[in-house]
Amino acid sequence: MNEFVAPEIDWLALAPLIVVLGAGVVGVLLEAFVPARARRVTQIVLTLAALAGGLAFVVYLWPQIVAQPVQVVGGSVTLTPFALGAQGIIALLAFLGVLVVADRTATGQDAFAPTASAVPGTSYEDLARKSGLEQTEIYPLLLFAAGGMMLFASTDDLIVMFIALEVLSLPLYVLCATARRRRLLSQEAAAKYFLLGAFASALFIFGVALIYGFAGTVRLLEIAQRVQQGALPLEGMSALLVAGVLLVTVGLLFKVGAVPFHAWTPDVYTGAPTPITGFMAACTKAAAVAALVEVLYRISIGVQAVDPEIMRQLQVVVVVVAVLTMAVGTVIGSVQTDVKRLLAYSSIAHAGFLLVGIAGFGPQVQSSTLFYLLAYGIATIGAFAVVTLVRERRVTPGAQEDNGPVADDGVVLGEATEIAQWAGLGRKAPWLTAAFALFLLSMAGIPLTAGFIAKFGAFAGATSGGLWWLAVLGVLASVVAVAFYLRLLVVMVFQPGTVEPDSQAEPVETGVPTSSTGDGGEGPTEGGGVATATKVQVTAAQRVVVTVVRSRGPAAVAIAVCAIATVILGVFPSLVLNLVAEASKFVP
Amino acid sequence: MDITNYVVLAAVLFAVGATTVLLRRNAIVVFMGVELMLNATNLAFVTFARMHGDLTGQVLAFFVMVVAAAEVVVGLAIIVTIFRTRRSASVDDVNLLKG
Repeated sequence: MNEFVAPEIDWLALAPLIVVLGAGVVGVLLEAFVPARARRVTQIVLTLAALAGGLAFVVYLWPQIVAQPVQVVGGSVTLTPFALGAQGIIALLAFLGVLVVADRTATGQDAFAPTASAVPGTSYEDLARKSGLEQTEIYPLLLFAAGGMMLFASTDDLIVMFIALEVLSLPLYVLCATARRRRLLSQEAAAKYFLLGAFASALFIFGVALIYGFAGTVRLLEIAQRVQQGALPLEGMSALLVAGVLLVTVGLLFKVGAVPFHAWTPDVYTGAPTPITGFMAACTKAAAVAALVEVLYRISIGVQAVDPEIMRQLQVVVVVVAVLTMAVGTVIGSVQTDVKRLLAYSSIAHAGFLLVGIAGFGPQVQSSTLFYLLAYGIATIGAFAVVTLVRERRVTPGAQEDNGPVADDGVVLGEATEIAQWAGLGRKAPWLTAAFALFLLSMAGIPLTAGFIAKFGAFAGATSGGLWWLAVLGVLASVVAVAFYLRLLVVMVFQPGTVEPDSQAEPVETGVPTSSTGDGGEGPTEGGGVATATKVQVTAAQRVVVTVVRSRGPAAVAIAVCAIATVILGVFPSLVLNLVAEASKFVP
Repeated sequence: MDITNYVVLAAVLFAVGATTVLLRRNAIVVFMGVELMLNATNLAFVTFARMHGDLTGQVLAFFVMVVAAAEVVVGLAIIVTIFRTRRSASVDDVNLLKG
């Protein structure tokens, strides 16, 4: 039709994305060209450097964007202070998450299978493990996921948002399937995440199609403008807009993990390798919530002007989802017996608290949401990092049972995720327990931690929109949530950790006999053997004790940084609050 | 023929796909349901593009196709891995993680 006009591209504004995604591409090439011995170190250095570089560019761009938001490539990337802030938070959280991923701990093994494609329990898998293979592809995958999340949070174009959604999801599906231990659970988590995730993205894209049909464009700001001006190609078809916005919102709420689209969360968080769970829980939530805020707010500008009734219905949907999410997250979370599941339900509850803030459609929502995402993200990554260090160890009675990193007689197995197994952890590893307690208190929203300021901001957002009762419900749900965090704390600190050898020898309690593979794939899985794959074999002469393995550095650094940041954000919140306050200006 | 019929067809195909995802037990068939939903979306995009006399919708259909292809790669890899482990692709057998 027309002549091709080359677009003007502000490359500098795209720099954070280009650095992260470009490093992902370079990482794939490294897989081919770097010798196997050097590959892991190279990949880790590249990944951390890319995320740090992305963060540095965000910091560099910040004053410019605060002064004047820019649209790049005709709005495909829209950098407002909110979007840039979300990018920075995602890069920071991904950096901390990769530190945890990179830690091999004192056992010398990372959390990933030597070859994820090997069938669990086969000789091929044994061979791969013995020859010390490692899957260093996880680092480029992490970079792609992080880059997709950063794009997801900062676009105005629904199609770009859809592509970013897939760029962040597809690597995560793969990463979920790569756990070194409990591989069947890991594969199952990946399958569930994939099928439900693909379903949600199909709903999202059909919603985009309906919105396109209604407005003739997929740019959120243009949609809002056209709705306001009444310049619509299809008159009187506002049902298309309502259905489209609902479907898009459902797709986003799925990624956020809000009820009733939360069913995958506990399973995937439990089955995925724990460092990946931490990364996923913190960064995906940040990206999805940021995208949800952008979509809802930009659409609401147009809708509010034309038909306040539709706007009210949209708000009712968000409010109902927020209430359900808080209720399910806190109530079902309080009866969990597995630490990872408990943290998963805690993440659902936090999605609810975030939605409470968003539902007010108040003026300060952007800044309070950013602060919440940061506070929640650092506590989550720290908590899952602690989970990676609390392990099961197989010992033979009579051998001295110390609390050192790895005793000679015992093989360190997978993570000890039963809450009961965490009894007495306070005595075995006081510092680690203190850090974990701090993260739990922050998630519970106890004053002097980051979580308190974050929750205060979210509930203030609801009241500023006139939803007093919703804020009150949020406070009530927080109180219930405090109960289940405290339950875990009490087990860790006050219950004695000594376990009766007799009860430990019970196969039902500690593990169903399957095969003698110490780590890695547990057991043959044909026929009725499926249920045994979650446990490891413990012969009658042996038992499993809980031990804390020593970090080789990166995870300890991540935990320390998260703990310090949690305290600093709680005691001196104004440092960050002043920064994120800029995010509420220039709301388009 | 009225062009809105294509929109109705797209909606019907989408509903069939969604029903397949929710009701069928075989992971491959569930996945086919997702693909049907994506293709219904493509039909809707192209129809709306025709209605608006605007090429954007047709271009968007290409993006959706590429994404669908990428999804097939990852999805089939995961389903085949599970099948090799368990000799079954039924979503009912995948029940170690109880929600």
